[in-house]
Amino acid sequence: MFDYTFQWNQALARLPRMLDGAVVTLEVAVLSMLIGIVFAMILTLMRLSDSRPLKAIAATWIEIARNTPALLQIYMAHFGVASFGIHFSPFTSLLIGITFNNAGYLAENFRGALKAIPDTQARAGRSLGMSSLQSFRYIIVPQMLRISFLPMTNQMVWAVLMTSLGVTVGMNTDLYGVTQDLNALTFRTFELFAIAAVIFYIITKIITLGARLIASRLFRY
Amino acid sequence: MFETSLTAADFLFLAKGAGMTIIVTAISVVIGTILGILFGVIRVQLGAILSAPLTFFLDIFRSVPLLIQLVLANAFLGMVLKLQLSGFFVACMVLSLYTSAYCAEIVRGGIDAVPATTRRAARSLGMTWVQDMRHIVMPLATRVALPSWIGLALGVMKDSALVYVVQVTELLKSTQILITRLQEPLFLLLICGAFYFIISFPLARFGGYLEKRWSND
Amino acid sequence: MIEIQNVHKSFGQLEVLKGIDLTVSKGEVVTVIGGSGSGKSTLLTCINGLEPINSGKILVDGVEVHAKSTNVNALRQKIGIVFQQWNAFPHLTVIENVILAPRKVLGMGKAEAEAIAEKQLRHVGLGDKLTTYPSRLSGGQQQRMAIARALAMSPDYMLFDEVTSALDPQLVGEVLETLKMLAEEGMTMICVTHEMGFARDVSNRVAYFHKGIMAEIGAPAQLFGDPQHPETRSFLASVR
Repeated sequence: MFDYTFQWNQALARLPRMLDGAVVTLEVAVLSMLIGIVFAMILTLMRLSDSRPLKAIAATWIEIARNTPALLQIYMAHFGVASFGIHFSPFTSLLIGITFNNAGYLAENFRGALKAIPDTQARAGRSLGMSSLQSFRYIIVPQMLRISFLPMTNQMVWAVLMTSLGVTVGMNTDLYGVTQDLNALTFRTFELFAIAAVIFYIITKIITLGARLIASRLFRY
Repeated sequence: MFETSLTAADFLFLAKGAGMTIIVTAISVVIGTILGILFGVIRVQLGAILSAPLTFFLDIFRSVPLLIQLVLANAFLGMVLKLQLSGFFVACMVLSLYTSAYCAEIVRGGIDAVPATTRRAARSLGMTWVQDMRHIVMPLATRVALPSWIGLALGVMKDSALVYVVQVTELLKSTQILITRLQEPLFLLLICGAFYFIISFPLARFGGYLEKRWSND
Repeated sequence: MIEIQNVHKSFGQLEVLKGIDLTVSKGEVVTVIGGSGSGKSTLLTCINGLEPINSGKILVDGVEVHAKSTNVNALRQKIGIVFQQWNAFPHLTVIENVILAPRKVLGMGKAEAEAIAEKQLRHVGLGDKLTTYPSRLSGGQQQRMAIARALAMSPDYMLFDEVTSALDPQLVGEVLETLKMLAEEGMTMICVTHEMGFARDVSNRVAYFHKGIMAEIGAPAQLFGDPQHPETRSFLASVR
């Protein structure tokens, strides 16, 4: 029964290509996070605004992002929009899908964080002559980012894991895509994906440890 | 006004996919929760150092893409061990462990949220460890853990969309098959998304409501 | 000069200010006393436009605070306010707390703002705490920082809203000393307070608020020594 011979060398020989894939994976994750944070901020401001349509758009985005599978969101960005004659590359579709997802979850985190900051903080800013935007920017946002730092770190880990879904829209330059292609060539499925798993594991550990380091530097109060 | 070639048979096909999504999710959440409670309690009881191997093992499920977990389990059981297992079995097995990894964290968080003084009070009244767990810790921990657990269950449902990779035709895979045939991606994806949303949204709201209510007292 | 003319203010059904008239001249220190719910704190937040009013007028140096055309942010630079809850910005050090508004609102350079901040912080006795985070300060120190933060905008008027009410008793003194010092330097101040000793010693005039109405106003000696209004008398008797 146990006649399977592991051929690690054959798989390890492909490590450089997989590491190249890991770089692309990180690229997508980092970009989706940065753009996602910007959109999450905008969604948060829309939610705080007095305009009903803006509130509704923000709520719709956030609820769809949180209540449907990420894979479906990526399909939407690739196959869905094709119905309108828009054709994105796999990379772009993946990036849009993950960014959409990130922004929704982050906006929800930001909302929770905002609730934890007393109203009197903004009021103190206003009473010093700051505009509401200034007091949001200089007083509320820094505190909000601190409170949501841990959820943001988790979302970054999620973003890395979600890049593996790109393969479903034809992405083949990221870590999962590269591994899949190599698998089609060599059929060393277990060995190749085990190595990919280790690389993913290391990436997520670096992110969590890095985040802890950044937090201790950034938040000394 | 809206033309579609979606037939009743196609719709039934989608419904079957939805059924599969629910079955896989239900099985995984039930088994995953039982295992998760077990793992969580073990971690609290043993302490950080003794439970380190378990912690490491569970952490893998949270640090490696689910897609890879499924592929690896399938390859290991099928190619290495040469076991003839259905994709459905592999899917439920992996998703259960995946669920248990997150659930253990939630359980641990819940137990940790019970103040040590409360527990000492219970023990000082002569309660045994089991009685303390059963009458004091679990009821209090459940309050902390339930909203997160609802979130986890819904997360598992959404993540179950990935079991297509071990040849289980759940809702999203069914949708994709129809897309290939009917070439109506937007419409079909909207139907599929609506299904997930209709289940997830109210439950997520309910979880949020519980969290708010319980954090206020 | 701050002119308050027949100001009415309601929160929903509840009318908290029922026609207040009060004029505070440059260099004057007016303290406002009264029971809780008398509307005295609300008046302060109306003066710097943090709260809208229902009718009447508030003029600061002739500018109507609640007029649509008024740039309320610019106006607030003239009027410093310190609250009961000191509202330190927890993510900024003491000096960063103080330079934030001068830099962002007045557009001051860093060096200039820091020089002013340092001067003000030394003034309130926090010269050795510049790079400390507020979480490491006592309530009294945080409150003095809040005062320095307001002073750094070089306001013409200062409003103090029960600034000692949330402090532990042993910390009240240091904050009152700071207020006294400001008064002696000629700052125009309106202080809502429960500290009768402070009101008596420092103010030019003391106003007694009762249920949204200014029941009585006069020099401290007169108001404390020979109160005219029966409500004032019973209030003073109750706090003594």
